[in-house]
Amino acid sequence: MKKTFEMEELDCAHCAARMEEGIRRLEGVISVSVNFLTQKLTLEAEDAVFEKVLKQADKVCRKVDANCRVIMK
Amino acid sequence: MTRRQKKNLYRIIGAAILLVAAVLVERLLLSDAPLYLHLFLYLPAYFLVGYDVLWDALRNIVHGQIFDENFLMAIATVGAMALGFLPGAESEFTEAVFVMIVFQTGELFQSIAVGKSRRSIAALMDIRPETACALRETGEIIVSPDEVAVGETILIRPGEKVPLDGRVITGRSDLNTLALTGEAAPRAVEEGDEVFSGCTNLTGALQVRVEKPFADSTVSRILQLMEDMGTRKSQSEKFITRFAKYYTPLVVLAALLVAFLPPLCMGNFRGLFAQWLARALTFLVISCPCALVISVPLSFFGGIGGASRMGVLIKGSQDLEALAKTEIAVFDKTGTLTQGSFTVTGVHPIGVSADQLLALAAAVESGSNHPIAKALRARAGESTLAVSQITELPGRGICARIGSQQIAVGNRALMQEIGAEMSEISANGTVIYVAKESKYLGAIVISDTVKQGAAQAVADLKACGVKRTVMLTGDREALACEVAKQVGVDDYRAELLPADKVREVEVLLTAPHKGTLAFVGDGINDAPVLARADVGVAMGALGSDVAIEAADVVLMDDDPCKLARAIRHARSTVAIVRQNIVLALGVKGAVLICSALGLLGAWRMPLAIFADVGVAVIAILNAMRTLRQGR
Repeated sequence: MKKTFEMEELDCAHCAARMEEGIRRLEGVISVSVNFLTQKLTLEAEDAVFEKVLKQADKVCRKVDANCRVIMK
Repeated sequence: MTRRQKKNLYRIIGAAILLVAAVLVERLLLSDAPLYLHLFLYLPAYFLVGYDVLWDALRNIVHGQIFDENFLMAIATVGAMALGFLPGAESEFTEAVFVMIVFQTGELFQSIAVGKSRRSIAALMDIRPETACALRETGEIIVSPDEVAVGETILIRPGEKVPLDGRVITGRSDLNTLALTGEAAPRAVEEGDEVFSGCTNLTGALQVRVEKPFADSTVSRILQLMEDMGTRKSQSEKFITRFAKYYTPLVVLAALLVAFLPPLCMGNFRGLFAQWLARALTFLVISCPCALVISVPLSFFGGIGGASRMGVLIKGSQDLEALAKTEIAVFDKTGTLTQGSFTVTGVHPIGVSADQLLALAAAVESGSNHPIAKALRARAGESTLAVSQITELPGRGICARIGSQQIAVGNRALMQEIGAEMSEISANGTVIYVAKESKYLGAIVISDTVKQGAAQAVADLKACGVKRTVMLTGDREALACEVAKQVGVDDYRAELLPADKVREVEVLLTAPHKGTLAFVGDGINDAPVLARADVGVAMGALGSDVAIEAADVVLMDDDPCKLARAIRHARSTVAIVRQNIVLALGVKGAVLICSALGLLGAWRMPLAIFADVGVAVIAILNAMRTLRQGR
């Protein structure tokens, strides 16, 4: 499954790169892109674990920047 | 400004006031007091402006991220304060607080500038229609475009965006296609015409039958391309990402060396350490690669945004970079340099009027679906003549009876067969001859005309440095030669089958050249060539999904002059990227070297801050120029 999420308060470009790398290392992730300019996270992960991966991805983002979060709809 | 930005602004102002107060109190009242009392004077200002930096620094150490800019700023400023307690050093409390204030101010500017750029680029791409007005049994109903099914009827009032692709069933109006094609002239539509989502309806209300679901409509496809843009990264972007990874650790390592090596080597560690530590701390301030990491992708993003404003879709920064390096431009002839449809270009009647000649020929060809027949009908209008006994003579033409007379329309062989004495016409294109019984009535020339801007387009390409232009076509040699001469391409290859075109492009690719090869086609039949070329450019792609899929660059309308404009635009974007890289690395490098040599004196810290955030702000502003280039 591949889905795009909006992000809140993502305000440094190299943080985005760091988030992307952190998320890529998570188990079950097929592809990921954190776009600083559109403030969007595009995550592709295996269906069975998608929700779990998404939560972990959000955690990774907060670890890099405490104010940044993924808006889950 | 966002709430966060406002809050930071107040903090900066507050800290500045506290700093001035601290300096005054220190000068007037505390000149003889012990050093730690001086320190206490400055701490309120320092914590007010820097508490978030310190807090993030602590958090990041816990997470093991020591190369975080907050951590490095924290060390640089705490280090500057600690300097005062070392033997042989001046206290630098004022400098430490000042550096933190300037750093936060720079960050604030940067955040405002980036936010602004992002919004203006986003606004440029804001072609997504919010609502659609569907006409259902219950009457008009406003729904989200993705809730409208294929086959439903929607109402589009003047001033509204076309929400879905469809066909007009009633009404006539002018559409503004600026957002899609960059073309300012409105496009007139009426009953039966296709309309594309993303255009704006200007003059009259239209009722449109929806032909594609929202997800497959033009506007969704374009937005999808924009979203996927991030995955096609340019060499420069990849370079910056790799560079950023090593830059910070390297600068930190250099800082350590500067702090410890010279005093150790010179033998007087106690006496010299403070001085060299002060220089090393400046290194930490410059250690963030922000200016590059933000401005390079922003420049590309702005460049792609600017291009979309002139009706050129570039799929990613990688494609923009390749487009900028175009050295060989290869054109498919039909539909690219020529109109791609046959029109009557010459009428040579003998003994009858031109209109009569055309009417007769069109009547005879009225049953045929051949492109030539279509061109004749388009010129002569619907026939009112009664035609009977139509006989097709393969390879020669058509005979039919109009009234009591036999009319023959065809090539020279047919004329000779029926014994009509005709005069040979030499012209570019297909010549068809007309005879009544055996009396020759004249000839009609039908050809695919060269587009108005084609010669200009080729000249423009040469003017902007494209070294070689080649035309590929499936047409006959003589025709190809004539078109090639008219548009001024350097070279042409004729009588090619679609598969041959791929081979020709491969041959051109193996010839020695430094830049890239761009292939321009109309997306019909040439998808493999588009894919094989370094840069596949699809032209006139509005509404053609195949072309949009296969190409790297899409010219939304069919004006060939757009290619040279797109290349020039891509070049200036790449130039701006280079300027930013040189500016950022140059200033940072200069400040690093000068501060290591101790040339900067008291300006050390402010200059270091400038090299960090000041340069970032300048680079961001420079990056925004890419947006304007599109005009």
